[in-house]
Amino acid sequence: MCRECNDKENPLSRADYVSVDEMRNIQLTKLKKIVRHCYDNVPLTRLRMDEKGVKPEDIKTLEDMRFLPFMKKTDLRDEYPKGLFGVPMRDIVRFHCSSGTTGKPIVVGSTRGDLDVWIDGVVRSLVMDGITNEDILQVSYGYGLFTGGLGLHYGGEALGCAVVPTSGGNTDRQIMLMRDLGVTAIACTPSYFIHIMDEALKKGVDFRKETKLRHGIFGAEPWTDEIRAKIESVTGIEAHDIYGLTEVSGPGVASSCRCHSGLHVFEDHFYPEIINPDTLEPVPDGTWGELVFTTLDRFGTPMLRYRTRDITRIIPDRCDCGRTIRRIDRISARTDDMLIIRGVNVFPSQIEAGLMTVDKVLPHYHIYVDREGDLDTIEVKVEVTADALGDQIKSLELLRRTIAEAIKKIINISIKVTLVEPHSLPRSEGKMNRVTDNRKK
Amino acid sequence: MKIKQISLFLENKPGHLNAICRTLAKAGINIVTLSLADTQQFGIVRLIVEDWERGRDELEKAGHVVNVRDVVAATVNDVPGGMADLLDAVGAVGVNIEYMYAFSFRTNDKAILVFRFDDADKAIEALKRIGADILDASTLFSH
Amino acid sequence: MNTVPVIENRFWQHDAECMPRPQLESLQLQRLREAVARASALPFYQKKFKESGFSPDSIKTLDDIRRLPFTLKADFRDNYPLGFVAVPRSEVSRFQGTSGTTGKPTWTAYTRGDVDRWADLCARFLVSGGLRPEHTVQISFGFGLFTGGFGLHNGIQRVGAAIIPISSGNSARQIMTMQDLRPEVLICTPSYALKLMDDILSGNIDRASIALEHAHFGGEPWTESMRERIESGLGIRCWNNYGMAECGGPGIAGECAYRNGMHIQEDHYIFEVIDPDTLEPVKPGEKGEIVVTPLTREAMPVLRYRTRDIGIVYDDGECPCGRTTRRMSRIMGRTDDMLIIRGVNVFPSQIESALMQCKAVSPHYMIEVSRPKALDEITVHIEMEPSFFSDSMREMQQIRENIDRAIYGATGLHMVINLVSPNTLERFEGKSKRVKDLRNLKF
Repeated sequence: MCRECNDKENPLSRADYVSVDEMRNIQLTKLKKIVRHCYDNVPLTRLRMDEKGVKPEDIKTLEDMRFLPFMKKTDLRDEYPKGLFGVPMRDIVRFHCSSGTTGKPIVVGSTRGDLDVWIDGVVRSLVMDGITNEDILQVSYGYGLFTGGLGLHYGGEALGCAVVPTSGGNTDRQIMLMRDLGVTAIACTPSYFIHIMDEALKKGVDFRKETKLRHGIFGAEPWTDEIRAKIESVTGIEAHDIYGLTEVSGPGVASSCRCHSGLHVFEDHFYPEIINPDTLEPVPDGTWGELVFTTLDRFGTPMLRYRTRDITRIIPDRCDCGRTIRRIDRISARTDDMLIIRGVNVFPSQIEAGLMTVDKVLPHYHIYVDREGDLDTIEVKVEVTADALGDQIKSLELLRRTIAEAIKKIINISIKVTLVEPHSLPRSEGKMNRVTDNRKK
Repeated sequence: MKIKQISLFLENKPGHLNAICRTLAKAGINIVTLSLADTQQFGIVRLIVEDWERGRDELEKAGHVVNVRDVVAATVNDVPGGMADLLDAVGAVGVNIEYMYAFSFRTNDKAILVFRFDDADKAIEALKRIGADILDASTLFSH
Repeated sequence: MNTVPVIENRFWQHDAECMPRPQLESLQLQRLREAVARASALPFYQKKFKESGFSPDSIKTLDDIRRLPFTLKADFRDNYPLGFVAVPRSEVSRFQGTSGTTGKPTWTAYTRGDVDRWADLCARFLVSGGLRPEHTVQISFGFGLFTGGFGLHNGIQRVGAAIIPISSGNSARQIMTMQDLRPEVLICTPSYALKLMDDILSGNIDRASIALEHAHFGGEPWTESMRERIESGLGIRCWNNYGMAECGGPGIAGECAYRNGMHIQEDHYIFEVIDPDTLEPVKPGEKGEIVVTPLTREAMPVLRYRTRDIGIVYDDGECPCGRTTRRMSRIMGRTDDMLIIRGVNVFPSQIESALMQCKAVSPHYMIEVSRPKALDEITVHIEMEPSFFSDSMREMQQIRENIDRAIYGATGLHMVINLVSPNTLERFEGKSKRVKDLRNLKF
């Protein structure tokens, strides 16, 4: 067992430790209820179940879930704004949105009970991270329709933390109040934290000496273990991974524990499956595939088998922390992010992992994909430390080649590497877009 | 070989540029060339005048913010690639161009380029090496 | 006084809002004693009490409040960051903030109980101003440290209506959301409502596609003529409420269905109106500076906060709505130079202290406030320091960016930065008048 992992005594985390049998019973009871609820209240689900010839009473075991139809992001778009709501409007107390594939966002409505389920996931994530009511939590996620800000806010408040709702932006001020208030934990996107970290270093702020920051709760975009290592070594904080998506609630669907070995899914609320995205068949534990969630106790916008587009696997064995709830592997790739370069599948996270293995490389990069004639080209522009640039042309060339080889080792194709000055690439105060694919134009 | 250039801060309000020109005219100072760079909020006027010291004094006396810089003036050959040759020469020795502008005295004359380099001496050396025609103050003002 | 309600007269906490005066006043007295006891845990008040020889247990009547010291905005700065927090850190549930007079903000802290009471106080004015549990509400206030967003959010959640926490900005998206999710209630600053109205009226948008019935405004003062304009332009009812972060945020006072001014939530706040020069109470019904004492705040027990807001507490008898609480006028101005720009409080001293961090500027500047369309804008004219003038556009742009960044860091607002030549701005002898307000607002 690793660092203060076991929160078995904490009543907030009780569900993390129930026996597997008990968990399956809870899940089955909830599943039957939510399937009935969807069939009775969501016309699209009823239509699709009827088409497949499945009735709610056919669901007798958890395995029977495979007979149910899937939901996709496009369904939320097509049924915009309220077509997938499972309750009358008077029972909806909150709307949240996520960007859609077209001009209209996708809308998710929650009942009061749905909000409780969401916040329960956030609270259990924070407990897993070692956050307590003694912590001062700065929430630098954007507040508003995006679930990041309000989710972490109400989770922190429910746990009894003092919450500082700074929202995103105005980095100078974020750093000032982090120091002035003695903030001990921050929640934001990993890319924004890296930006805060850079700006603080530029001002000569030493995180270890001048702040009380101990925890970072990072999510809302894919990131890698290599970036985690970089953040931890520069700032001395412990970087945690929180996962979630607006379509099934928000942050707090799954979270890393202090073993930092995958993310525990709060599966009493969100039932995970991994499917083969081509055949749509479930795959055995341990096999990589697309993550699918069924919301077991959300009634406002209930989701049966929602295809997340995120790629991961269920980690087959029990975590050292002692929790019985299942783990998924870190999500560093989405099927949506996948680039096909000359027929090879490439994920931006793979390029990131390669970059971060090389000394003098900063965690700021941007990937450009283009097509010259019939050939796909891929280039990564990456910031390197000022002293690396000050060197002779010969050593710059060597650095460039080292990076290219480190990436090639992972993705098996050659990539053009361009070194740029520190602070020359755009920064983000929220979710970061690191890929420009000019082939789509 | 370097030439003094006077630059002035230009507020974004009517009549400011006019006031600068009038101050120099009153003092009998002839403007060889003038270039203007501007944004929505303010501008920078860059001037080359024959008696730059007197020009600076008169402008400062009139309340303008003045700054004097060394620039390099070179003629450019009227053939394709004439300009590119100059730029290549300074680029090869790692000198950056902060800004440049061009003018000519009469039609049919060769264009004269005015450069501000981050390292003027190094740039002049490189330009000389390719045989570029660099103008000194007396040649420039004899036109 | 209006004797006809504009909408149905409703209550959130009827018994508290309509408590008989004698009962209300004895509750106030008891709570005032408790508030003074909480405040006497703070070194700031201990020192003040000692100086004036005041004994915290000597409050016998409500008039004894006048023996308490005033609290000024500057006191928050002098006791920065948390000198007014009277509970251990683990009991603080929330921090919110507002502008300070220099680069540092003023923090306001809440216990769980404070957040809970705050939700009810906001629910009171929301319900008296038309909010129903079956409504959908679009909150177009910025969230974050600003008390407006969260105060109203918690109040609406308490009532049970559905919230669209869209936050501020992007009016095209705001209007699209109004059409798609059909909220009945809008929460924003009055100037932003004007902008949305202009966009709706000029944007060929079918009024029937928008379900709005009510708007609750806050964050900045507004006028009766703005109310008429927006109510007739959009065909909705607009409601006013009052509050400031230092005393807990919105929910301190709000309008009822009769619109005879704003009912002060007197079971949680004591109001005084003083002459800002003599510091003596004005005659009943006269204009003066409003002084607020929150009675039930645990985390930050502030006493006699001088708001610098100018207003009237009415003395013309009971409102027909049945509430027994006294009422206040709209805010008619300020006794200091604070500006309110797009809902954000800005002190000229904040801008000055930001400018002084920038090497390239002289200490001569002028602040100009204008309203080019519906939204306010600040232009800062600054004389540049001649030695920093460069002939390189890049360096000059850098100077402007540094100034912009320093001001944004201090105020949270981007302003128009206009560099001007030295010795061109007006010079002042004695107290400078460095702020020109071109908006011509009449309250």
